Parts: sequence; structure tokens; C-alpha cells
Amino acid sequence: MIAINDAQLLRLAWPEVIVVATALIVMAVDLLLLRGCNTRVRFSLAAGLGALGCAGAIVRILLAHEVANILNGVLLANPLTHLVQIALLTLTIFTLLLSADSSFTQHVGEFVLLLLAATAAMMFLAATQDLLVLFISLELLSLSLYILAAFDKRSAQSWEAALKYYLFGGMSAAFLLFGFSLLYGLSNSTSLPLIAAAIHGPALNPLLVIAIVTTAIGLGFKVAAAPFHFWAPDVYQGAPAPSAAFIASGSKVASFFLFFQVMAIGFAGAEGTAALPNFVRGWVPVLALMAVVSMLLGNLVAIRQSSLRRLLAYSAIAHAGTMLLAIVAHTQQGLAALLYYVVTYALATLGAFAVIAVVEQQKGDDQLSNFDGLYRQSPVLSFCLAIFILSLAGIPPLAGFFAKFYLFVTVLNAAPGSMGLLWLVILSIVMSAVSLYYYLRVLKRVYVAAPAIGAVAVRTPPLSQALVLLLAAVVVLLGCAPQLLLRYIEAAIRVSGL
Amino acid sequence: MMLAWTIYISFLGAAAMLLLPKDSVASARILALLTAVVGFGITLTYFLHHRTGEMLTIVRVPWVPTLGIEYHLAADGISLTLVLLTGIIAITGILFSWDIENRSKEFFAFYLLLIGAVYGVFLSYDLFLLFVFYEIVIIPKYFLIAIWGSTRREYGAMKLALYSFVGSAMVLVGLIAAYVVAGAKSTSLSQLAHFPFSLHFQIWAFPLVFVGFAILAGMWPLHTWAPTGHVAAPTAASMLLAGVVMKLGAYGCLRVAMVLFPLGLGPWGVHVFGLGSWRDVFALLAVIGIIYGALVALVQKDFKFVIGYSSVSHMGFVLLGLMTLNQIGISGAVLQMFSHGILAGLLFAVVGRMVYARTHTRNLAALNAMNLHKIIPFAAVTFIVAGMASMGLPGFSGFVAELMVLIGVWRAYPLLALCVGFGLVVGVVYIWRAMQKAFFLSAGTVPAPPNPPLPPITFPERLGAVILITSSVLIGLYPQVLLNVIVPALNSPLFDGLRKGSWQ
Amino acid sequence: MITFPWITFLTALPLVGALVLLAFGGLGRTYARCAALAFSVAAFVLTMMIWCHFDSSSGDLQFQQRISWIPTLGVEYRVGIDGLGLLMLLLTSIVVPIGIIASWNIQKRVALYYSLVLILQACLFGTFTALNFFHWFIFWELSLIPAFFLIRVWGGARRTSAATQFLVYTMVGSIALLLAFLAIFLATREFDFIDLAAMAHNGHLMPAVIDKLDWRRFTPDHLALVLFAGAFLGFAVKVPIFPFHTWLPSAYSEAPTGTTILLTGAMSKMGVYGFLRILLPIFGAQMQAVLTPLLWLAVATVVFSAYAALAQKDLKRIFAYSSINHLGYCLLGIFAVLQSTGGDTALITQKYAAMNGVFLQMLNHGLTAATLFWFVAMLEKRSGGLRGLDDFGGLRKVAPVFAGLMGIALFSSLGLPGLNGFIGEFLIFKGSFPLVTWATSFAVLGLLMTAIFILGILQRVFSGPLNQRWGGLPDLTVGERLALAPAIGLMFVLGLYPQLVLGVVNNTVIQLVQQMKF
Repeated sequence: MIAINDAQLLRLAWPEVIVVATALIVMAVDLLLLRGCNTRVRFSLAAGLGALGCAGAIVRILLAHEVANILNGVLLANPLTHLVQIALLTLTIFTLLLSADSSFTQHVGEFVLLLLAATAAMMFLAATQDLLVLFISLELLSLSLYILAAFDKRSAQSWEAALKYYLFGGMSAAFLLFGFSLLYGLSNSTSLPLIAAAIHGPALNPLLVIAIVTTAIGLGFKVAAAPFHFWAPDVYQGAPAPSAAFIASGSKVASFFLFFQVMAIGFAGAEGTAALPNFVRGWVPVLALMAVVSMLLGNLVAIRQSSLRRLLAYSAIAHAGTMLLAIVAHTQQGLAALLYYVVTYALATLGAFAVIAVVEQQKGDDQLSNFDGLYRQSPVLSFCLAIFILSLAGIPPLAGFFAKFYLFVTVLNAAPGSMGLLWLVILSIVMSAVSLYYYLRVLKRVYVAAPAIGAVAVRTPPLSQALVLLLAAVVVLLGCAPQLLLRYIEAAIRVSGL
Repeated sequence: MMLAWTIYISFLGAAAMLLLPKDSVASARILALLTAVVGFGITLTYFLHHRTGEMLTIVRVPWVPTLGIEYHLAADGISLTLVLLTGIIAITGILFSWDIENRSKEFFAFYLLLIGAVYGVFLSYDLFLLFVFYEIVIIPKYFLIAIWGSTRREYGAMKLALYSFVGSAMVLVGLIAAYVVAGAKSTSLSQLAHFPFSLHFQIWAFPLVFVGFAILAGMWPLHTWAPTGHVAAPTAASMLLAGVVMKLGAYGCLRVAMVLFPLGLGPWGVHVFGLGSWRDVFALLAVIGIIYGALVALVQKDFKFVIGYSSVSHMGFVLLGLMTLNQIGISGAVLQMFSHGILAGLLFAVVGRMVYARTHTRNLAALNAMNLHKIIPFAAVTFIVAGMASMGLPGFSGFVAELMVLIGVWRAYPLLALCVGFGLVVGVVYIWRAMQKAFFLSAGTVPAPPNPPLPPITFPERLGAVILITSSVLIGLYPQVLLNVIVPALNSPLFDGLRKGSWQ
Repeated sequence: MITFPWITFLTALPLVGALVLLAFGGLGRTYARCAALAFSVAAFVLTMMIWCHFDSSSGDLQFQQRISWIPTLGVEYRVGIDGLGLLMLLLTSIVVPIGIIASWNIQKRVALYYSLVLILQACLFGTFTALNFFHWFIFWELSLIPAFFLIRVWGGARRTSAATQFLVYTMVGSIALLLAFLAIFLATREFDFIDLAAMAHNGHLMPAVIDKLDWRRFTPDHLALVLFAGAFLGFAVKVPIFPFHTWLPSAYSEAPTGTTILLTGAMSKMGVYGFLRILLPIFGAQMQAVLTPLLWLAVATVVFSAYAALAQKDLKRIFAYSSINHLGYCLLGIFAVLQSTGGDTALITQKYAAMNGVFLQMLNHGLTAATLFWFVAMLEKRSGGLRGLDDFGGLRKVAPVFAGLMGIALFSSLGLPGLNGFIGEFLIFKGSFPLVTWATSFAVLGLLMTAIFILGILQRVFSGPLNQRWGGLPDLTVGERLALAPAIGLMFVLGLYPQLVLGVVNNTVIQLVQQMKF
């Protein structure tokens, strides 16, 4: 039993504490002081405070440079976890700014509290390699997200989405827990590195197989990979814009990082390979299969969508498939590619949701027909939307392109000298071509189609406009100079020794 | 360093265009024209100072050191020829779009964006950078057609974009595979060109990358996007598309596929239907393209479709020249890229801008009744000159280019040379038929003069036509000016692998 | 070498004229006509100056000019003339003014018409003086364009199909020619006619071809024949040789008569010139190998065309077929020269005679045919467009001068001694008879049939009862008589004193025949 100093623990967890404290302060301020003001003001203030708190947490992380490993992975602090946490906090800040102009609920303080609680959960999720802490953080995150999805009381779609999310989530959490319990049974430890050492063996234990499958199901649900994706379209469509944006961005980052850690570290030794023609059993073929189904299903169904949110949901499934390929590669470079991809994807999605939020407020819903002729009604919004959508499609010189390129290079480089994973790369590229079709259709509506008769100009609130422009600028910048982000990711991974 | 500014100025021009006040048509045109002229001026100056055609590096800085990607721009004789072509087509395209009133700001912004990206492809010497510019071309192309086009523009634009993207997807697979196999250290063209890829790898990587590029070059049977797309596009876009963008594909075939994987052209060892290597396959497909394009052009009822299919036919010459694998054939192919670029631009300009924009019909039967050579004689004369040049009449650039390709083909595939001869004959016939039907009243047709009367040919159109005709005649009478830079470029170390392999 | 670039200047002069006409054509029809005539007469004067400076004692090339052009392709700008070239230049510069005067009645777009004619003249000058395949081919092909438009825009009722047929036929031939020469270039890296001829003479050409063009399917002899066939096709269409002649009657009859004069007077000679300048020196051995089929073709051309002329009712068509017939004699003479003599000096002398006859025939037929069509043009003007054999009758009574002068031209075409048409045909028959007796015998049939239809014209149009419709037909005006005088006069001069021309070309003929070793 290693003695842990409470003070040390607190110091390590300062950023999370700051976030939680901010959440409580916001709640208090809103309840006590702001009940009389109108929603816009309350939201702006709450969001502002929340953003400040997150910024403070970022500063703390950057200045403190803690490096520690408590109890074999219960709580980690190294450059990699710092990087991921900073990314998560940044995404939360953007989400808060996005929500500042919302008007879908009177429970402002609760909303921001839940958002920040989810953030804290994600931060813990990033900083741990222990099964129990993992599960607890995951549950905290999930529960917050379920409620966030239901927040729009005016809309029946919202609570239906939340219900579906909750039911699916609950079931997959059960699967996950089952898998974790099997792992504990096999290794007598809850720490991922120790588990890996224990299960390492020549043949796959049948229990291990079950553990792999159930873990994959549980985590696959979290990242919205097919065939565990059924919650995604409804949640993306029904949840209020900031919640959906958050689920699509921040939660994705955390979930993928988690997925990588669990599979690459926890199940190290049981990988098997998906390289043709030497198929070896292990978790890699399982993930490869999930990736293939996700890419196929996500892209093909997205073609038929008439609602932009649902389209983004299915495209999220497709992107999840591609990102799973990085986990299939399970190398250091793979993690770097995954992180780069998921961060840039999150930024682009967030931007897209910001635009959707503005358009929805003025036109009522997110049907594609509402976007007809947007270039005339709001040139700035349409330009930024074009940037986000093209980044999602993977068109240079935007961030999405380099992310895809780097990911493909990584996948092929995973087994140097063999082209075994080439079939996955080819499939992904082919599906990108398919995705270009529906993305271009959206842009066609925005730029080519004429605005509906009697349509008025879309007036964007200044904060939203600034946010959208900022996100677009970042996407372009990261596309033209990927080294800016890439060198931090690579340095962090190298130092943290995965 | 100067030459890189062709790219930057075009992009800056596009950005500046967006900042112009709304509905400012005149200033948009002038800004676009100025940008294009400056870009061409830079190219011309550079060309006049560097007549020797050796590879000169313009910019080389590390970009993503992790992956060994550099921002590396360089120009040799082949690049220079094509950059010159781009400059000429850019200027004349803008001149022929002088009448665009609807959203002209955005039109010229997309146009300049496209030009900048095309300059980028021709000047890139790093494969990642080349691919980036190559992909950037797709999006402005889509919008130019979808917004300002005519017949079935949305369908044509989407088809074009998707075909191009599939082509570049194939190229991406090949490029990434090559990059990884070579150790994932660098994406520089010269480094990868000198890496000894295994024969087995090259045998499948070569056709993949070549076909990926050849889709954009309009190789039969993957050419079907071209007629639809060109017909749907507005005039300036057609000029650019047929004149320059199709050359991107051919350039990629030469600069990337053939340089990186020269062994892919070698014999397989077995013969399938008389074909013994990828070289045989692509040479055959090229000839089929020449003849097919010409035959189909012969039966078209739509004037613009005739020219669209003629582009497919002429690009067949380029691909065939590349497959001859001898110096004269490949030089001829590059010269044909230049020549056809100019002539395609001219033909589309006449059909789209001078005729269609005025008569609002492209149906040859309807045009026939209008007896256009009396009403717009300048258009008739320009089309006659362009048609003569296009069918390879001596004195124009097309003749020298096709001559050189034919010599190359005689050496490599004598039987195919005869087929090409047949293609030339059909080429004469379809152009002549189109010219007669479109501009001259046939015996037995009831005259139906256009109502309201057609506006006269404007000064920008005349200027554009004169520029293009002069370029073609200049190169037709004095091709040495381009050959002086193209031929030394083929002797550079970059083409070593190609020369050692199957060179003849 | 003369320092002043005579030939380039001569070729450029009509081009300048064409540009002037295009630029200032709006000034009026009369102005355009006079300007065109002035330029063509100036070209004639220049040709005469060249004639005077020409050294008849030598058969070599004179007035040469060589400038490097596209070194990569072995192309240079090389021009020069020997007796043959000079003769062709003379012919062109005589025929074009005739054609311009005969077109005096064109009413629509006169400036464009004459500029096209001048461009055609420049192309003809270029073809007859070029010595490097590249720019020879440029002029060869470019000449099609003005001819096409002249037929297409100003022609008769069925001009579209006539013009298209003309163009496509000739293009097919040109492409075959191009392919053959590209193959030769591939083997020898030479586009220069003189150098290629020297290689053929030294026996180096075919070995080089066989060596460099490793086409396994062909034996060496077959390879040479294939290349020859390509080149032959190009010229065969142009002359034309039976059976590649079907474009000619429609083209000649649908073209405006002034253009027909150019077509028959000068353009048809391009084909024969090609035989003499290109095919014979370079592909001599191959031609000899297929001599018998060639002779059959020549005979067929002569006989068939004469027979066809008999059946025609349209004057222009008659003369069109007659043109084919007369050029058939040239072919007979050329092919006869190919017959091996085995060193027999008498036979070699016959060869000189035959070749001289060919040269003379080209000049004389050009002059005669041009004049004949000129008369047809005048007849059309008077009759309002009619030119059928049966439309007229007894015109001698109302237009005696016209009948007389046209009769002279007709007799010249017939080959009456004393007129220019006789001497060329006589020399050809005299020379060919000992060499290729059977072919010459068959060709005599052509002479007979020509006599029949010429006399038929005389009888149907000029003799017999007067067709009342033409009772008021005006005779030749003073202007027309003055214009015709030089042409008719020349017919007599050349008929009575052929030495004028023979003296200049004889050495060239000798050199040409000697170059062929057989």
C-alpha cells in the first residue's frame, strides 16, 4: 500500500477542482443574483464565468507542469494528459461561448453546471489508467450528457433523444462494466498496465475474448461507432444546439482518447492483426470490423438526409470509423494522428453547430431547405460553414485534410514493410469520395440555390459571429501549418512513453 | 522566388475580390484582369531570363518536419510551358467573361482561386504540396459550374467534382503507399524518384496513380465527365477546364506516375489480348480515345458537345505521346498540352461566348438557319482559324505537336500510327461539319434570322481571340522557343529512372 | 546564291496583297479587282525577272536560301528552284491573272474573294519552291483552305458537297503522305528533299529505313513499298489518278469559273510536281518495282477520263475530265522514264524526250485549260449562267470572234500542231513509245476520244443552226479581246517556238533523268 499524500492529490487535481468550483459559483450566482434578468443576459454571464473558470484551469495546467503517477495509474499527470485536458477545456470554452446566445431554457445555472461537471469528468477520464476511476468518470460524463440532451423542454424531440441516449447508454455501461469485471478477474488488478502484463499469453483466453467484445461494445457506443450508433442521429437532432455541439466535440475527444488507452494499453498483447492476408484473432480485427461498418453505414445513409443535424450525425459515425483505424494501428504515431484528427474534427463540428444554432433560431429548424441561399443572407456565416464542411470532407488546405493524410500514413506505417492494412486505407479514401457528395450538396444549397421567396437576412449575434470566425480561422491555420499543433502532440507522446 | 508570386497574387486577388463592395461589377473585372496580367507578366519575365530549361528551385522550406514534408516549389521547362499556358488562358478567360453580371465578384474570386491552385500544381516539387494544390482545384471548379453554368449545371458540376475526387483518391492511395514504403521520411519528388521501389510494388502502384491522374486528363473510358462538365460550364470555366485543368491530369501522369514508377511501364512477361505491359494498355486506350472522341464529335447535334468530345480526342494525343517513351514523343506530348490548351480555349470561347451567349441556342440545326457568318463574321473567321488549327493544319501549333507525337508513335507502335492517321482524318471531318453547320446556311434550309438581332462582337472578345490565335501561330511557326526548354527538361536527373527503363 | 531573297519575296508578295485587300476591301469592288490584278501582275513581272536571271546551262538549284528553323526536328527553311520550279512559278504567275480577270463578274464580297485567290497564289509559290518537307507540307495543306472557301462560298448549287468532298479526299491523301514522311524522318532524321534524294541515289535510304524501323511484320521490300504507298496516295489524289479522281468533276464544275481556272491551271500541277520533285528522286526504286500497275493506272486515267468527257453535257465537266486526261499523259511520261534501259543510249535519249514532254505538257495544259475555262466564264456571263452542250448552237454566226478564239483554244487542247498543246503530247508519246509500247498504244485511244469530244463541242456550240435564243448574243468586247490576246498569242508562240521553254528546262530534265540510275 503506497501512502498517498492528500495534499499531493489535491495539487494534482487542482485544475479539476477549479472547474468544479466554477460550476458551483456559477450556479450560486445564477440562483441568487440573476433570477430577475432576462435569459440572454443570464446565459452570457454564466457562460462568461464558466469560460473564465476553464481558462483558469488551463493556466493552472500550463504553469504547474506536474508529473506524477499515483497508484499505478489511478491519477496521472504527464504532458500527454495535460495536452488532452487543455484541448477538452478549450472545447468547453467554445461550447460555453456558443451557448451564450441561446434561449431554449430558463435553467441557465443548471445548464452550465452540468456542462462543467461533464468537463471535470472528462478531465479525470483523460488522466487515469485505472478501471474504477475510468468507469466512475465515464458515468459522471454520461449522466451529465443525458440531462444536457434533455434540456430543451419545449421540444418533444429533446427528451426523446435523451431517453434513447440514456437507455442505450445504460445498456452499454453495463456491457462495459461486465468487461471490466472480467478483466479484473483475469488479472487481479484494476490498473491497465498491470492488466496487460497479466493477460499476456500465447493463446486467447475465452474469457478474454468476451472481455474484448463487451469492452468494445461499451466504448463503441460512446464514440458512436456502428453498430452501436443508434442514439447518435436522434441526439444530434433533438438536443439543444450547445449540448449537441458538446457531445459532438468534447465528449468525442475524451471518448477516443479513452478508447485508445484502454485498448492499446489495457489489451496490449491481445491485439491480433487485421492485416490481410494474415488475419490473427484479437481486438484489432474487432475494431477493424467496427470501423468498416461505421464508414460504410455513416456515409451511405448520410446521403439521404434532409436535416443538417442528422447529416452531421451520420458523418460523425463515418468519421468515428476512420478514427478507429488509428486505434487499429496502435502505435505512438497512431495516437498522435488520432489526437490531431479528433481535435480538428471537434473544432469543425463545433463551428458547424454554431452556424446551425444561429440559423435555427431565426428559421425554426435545421432542415437543409432553410439553408438555401444563405450566402446572400449572411455571407460570413456561409463562408465559415463552407470552411467547416470542407474540413470535414477532407479538402486541403484545411485541417481535416492533413488529419486524414496523417492518419492514413500512420495506418500504413503501423507494420513497416507490409501493406497489410492498405485495404482499410483504400476503403476510407473511397468513402471520403462518397462523403464529398453529400457535403457538396449542403454547400450547393448554401451557395448555388436561390433563397426562398420572402426570406430575410439572417442577423448573427456578434458573439456567435466572432466565435464562428475564430473557429474557421483556426481550422484554416491548422490546415496550412499543421506543425503548430502536431509538434506539441508528438512531444507529449514521446515524453509520456506510451 | 519570383515565380511563386504567380500563386500568391492569384490567391490575394481572390481574397481582395471578396472585400470589394457588393454588386461592383466593373471593378471586379478590372481587378481580375490585372491579377491575371501580373501573373502572366511574372511568368514571361522568368521565361525570358531562363531559356535553358534546367530545374530551378524557387522556394524550399520545411513544412511538417515530422513527416518530412517541405514547401518546395521549383520550375523546369515543362512546368514553365504549362505555367505560360495558364497565364494566357487566365487572361483570355477573363476577357471572355467580361459580360458576366450576376454575382461577378464571386465568379472572379473562384476563378482566381482556381488559377492560383493550378499554378501551384505546376510549380510544386513536393508530392504532398502538389496533391494539396491538386485537390484545391476541385472546389472552385464545382462552384463555377454549379452557379454560372448552363445545361444541367448542377449534375455536370457534381459529376465533375466526384470524378476528379475519385481520381485524386486513387493518386492519394498510391502516394501514401509509396511514401510509407520508402521509409516515410520525405515527400520530396526527387527523393522518392530515386528510391528503388520493388518491381512488384511498381507494377500495381503505377497504373493506380496513372489512372488516377488520367481520369482528369480524360482518358477513355473514364472521360464521360468531360463532355457533360464542359457543356454545363460557363465559357471561362470551360476554357480553363479543357484548356488547363485537363492538362493537370496529363502533367501528373508525367511528373508523378512515370517519374516515380518507371518500372511499372515495363513488360509483364505475359501477354493478354496482345498487350504486354501497362504501356501497351494505356497507349491503346489513348488511341481509342482519339478515334472515339472524333467519331462521337462527328454525330453531335449540340455545338458545344462537338468541342467537348474534341477535347477528349486531343488529350488522347497527349497520353499517346507520353506512352511512346522517347524524347520526341514526350516533347510532342508536352507541346500538345500547350497547343491544345490554347486551341480548346479558343474553340470554347467562340462556341460559348460569341455564339451561345448571343443566340441562346447550341443546336446546330437552329444555328444553321441563322446563317451566322453574315451576322457575326468575326466569330465565323475565328472559328475557322481555330478549327484549322485544331485539325492539325500546318502553320499552327497543333501541327508541330501532332507531328512529333506521330514520329514518336511510329517508333514505338507503328500499327497505332495508322489508327491515329484515321483519327486525324475524322478530326478534319467533324470540325468542318461543325463549322459549316453552325455558321453557313445549308442548301435546303429555311433561313431564320435571329430575333432580336444579335449584339456585335465586343472589344474584349476580339482581343482575347487575337491573343489566342497569335499564340498558336507563334508556336506553330517557331516551336523552337518552347522546345528549347522542354527537351533539356527531359534530360534532367528526375527522368533518370524513365530513361534507364524502357526509353527508346 | 543570289543575296536578294527572290523566292521569299515572291512568295510573300501575294500574301501582302491579300492583307491589303482584307484591310482596305471596303473601299469598293473596282478597287479590290484592280488591286488584286496589280499584285498578280507584279508577281508575274517578278517571275520574269527571275527567269531572266536564271542560268539555263545548269540543272542545279538556284536562288537558294537556307535558314535554320527547328533544329530539334531537323527542320530548316530551305527554298530554291531549278528548271522545274521555275516552270511552275511561271505557270502560276500566268494562270492567276487569268483567273482574276475571269472572275471580274463576282459581285459578293469581292475583296474577300480576291484575297483568298492571292493567298492561294502564295501557297502555290511556296509549294513549288520549298525544299524541306516541313514547310513544303505547310504550303501544301494551307492551299486547301482558300480553295475550299472559294468553292464553298461562291460556288454553284451543289457547292457544299463538292467542297467537302474536295477537302476530305485531299486531306486523306495528305495524311497518308505525312505518315510516310514521318516514318522516313524517324529512320533518317532528314526532312530535306535534296538530301533524301541523294541518300536514295546512293542506296542509303532504304537500308536506313529498314535498320531503324524495326517492324517485324514487314520484309524490307514490303516496308519500302508501304512507305511509298503512303506518299503515293497523297499525290495520287491531287493529280488525280484514277480511281482517286472522283472529287474533281464536282469540284471543278461547282466552283466559280475563275476558281476553276486556278484549280486546273495551277493546283492540279501540284500533284505532278510532287511526283517529279519528291516521289521520283526518293522512291524511284519502289516505283520501278510496281511499274506495271502504275502504268495501268496511268492508262486507265487517260482512257477513262476521255471516255467520261464524251458522255458529259456540262461544258465545265467536259473540260474537267479533259484535264484529268491531259495530266494522264504527264503520268504516262513520268512512268515511262522509270523503265530500265540497260544503258541503251538511244532509250535514254527517249527518256529525255518524254520528260521534256512532261514539263511542256504541264505548262501548256495549264495555259490552255485556263483559257478554255475563261471562255466558258465569258459564255456564262452572256447566257446568264447556262453552260450545257445542248443549250447553244450556231454561235459562230452571232459571235464569230468568240467562236474563232475559242476554237483556237479548243484545237490547242486537241493537240493540233502549230499550237502549244501539240508539242508536249508529241514528245511524251515519242519518248514513251519505245519505252512502254503497250501503255502508249492504249493511251492513243485517249487522243482519239479527246478529238471526238472537242470536235463535238465545236459542232454543237458553234456550228449548226443558230439557236434562236442566242440571236442577240454579244461578241467579245474590245477589252476582252485585248485581255485574251496575250494568252492566245502565247499559245501560238509556244506552239511554234517551244525552244523558248525547252532551252531553260532541258538541263534540269537531263539531271533529273540521270539521277535515276536506270
